[in-house]
Amino acid sequence: MLILTCPNCGQTGEETEFHAGGEAHLKRFGPGSSDGDFEEYLFMRENPKGVHFERWRHVYGCGKWFHAARCTTTLEVFGTYSAQVTEPPKEICDKISKKRPDWSWRAFS
Amino acid sequence: MSNAVSALNGVTWAQGIATVTEVPLQGMITLRGQLTDAKVKKAAMSATSLEMPGHGQANCVDDRGICWMSPDELLVLCPYDAVSTNLKQMQGVLGDVHSLCVNVSDARAVFDLSGDNAREVLAKLVPVDLAPDQFTVGMFRRTRMAQVPAAFWLHDNDSFRIICFRSQAQYVFDLLTVASQRGSAVDVF
Ligand SMILES: [Zn+2]
Repeated sequence: MLILTCPNCGQTGEETEFHAGGEAHLKRFGPGSSDGDFEEYLFMRENPKGVHFERWRHVYGCGKWFHAARCTTTLEVFGTYSAQVTEPPKEICDKISKKRPDWSWRAFS
Repeated sequence: MSNAVSALNGVTWAQGIATVTEVPLQGMITLRGQLTDAKVKKAAMSATSLEMPGHGQANCVDDRGICWMSPDELLVLCPYDAVSTNLKQMQGVLGDVHSLCVNVSDARAVFDLSGDNAREVLAKLVPVDLAPDQFTVGMFRRTRMAQVPAAFWLHDNDSFRIICFRSQAQYVFDLLTVASQRGSAVDVF
């Protein structure tokens, strides 16, 4: 079971109280961007076995969005953090490094 | 003036291991705004004569109360016929503070679930740790109840108050009565 703690309201609940919002930290390429960038933004997603960063919404709770760093194989949650950031905060990366020393995900490690 | 009735007209069901009662006509006001703002706090407190609850808490006495819904939302409970007076007063207190204050009394239904087994009846329906040392008086929780959103708090020892959407009142009533059928005690707490 995936157990998440919402950083907005502080409540801890299991997966069904939340709604998954797809991969985190995507940079939008809209009108005027190159076809390559647009395709990358629209279709190309990470599908890691291990450390992953996702967007979640506390849909049955406070209703707010947040980010979660978790392992896709063990469902271990390394941490949840604000939706208002464009990359994982240092303390989350440090927590992951402690448990998975050689992790990497997109440009982060 | 029309005759206001609640969703299930105050129905009571007491044939099981817990008693389910619809609380008729509870006044409810949604107040959205920055909860750290003094005027937002004052608006909620002036309508209820109660103190602000902490993060994730509810401060309820009889049919008055302040419930913490999210970092920018409170649910203010008051007698049904005091809603419009309270709304005007709250809007006066709020002035030009960026906020929203609206009567949601008829958009919701409220249930009371009581009896020795109330805690375990509710535990069958929500993904929340309801162990007596984990969920205590004063706490307020928004979650799902089977397939619909719900919020609840311990009004008293062994008496929960549950709020759901009015359109889902019958569904929630059915859930509660099925979960409290005679002979269905789990005796887990
Ligand atoms: Zn939340």
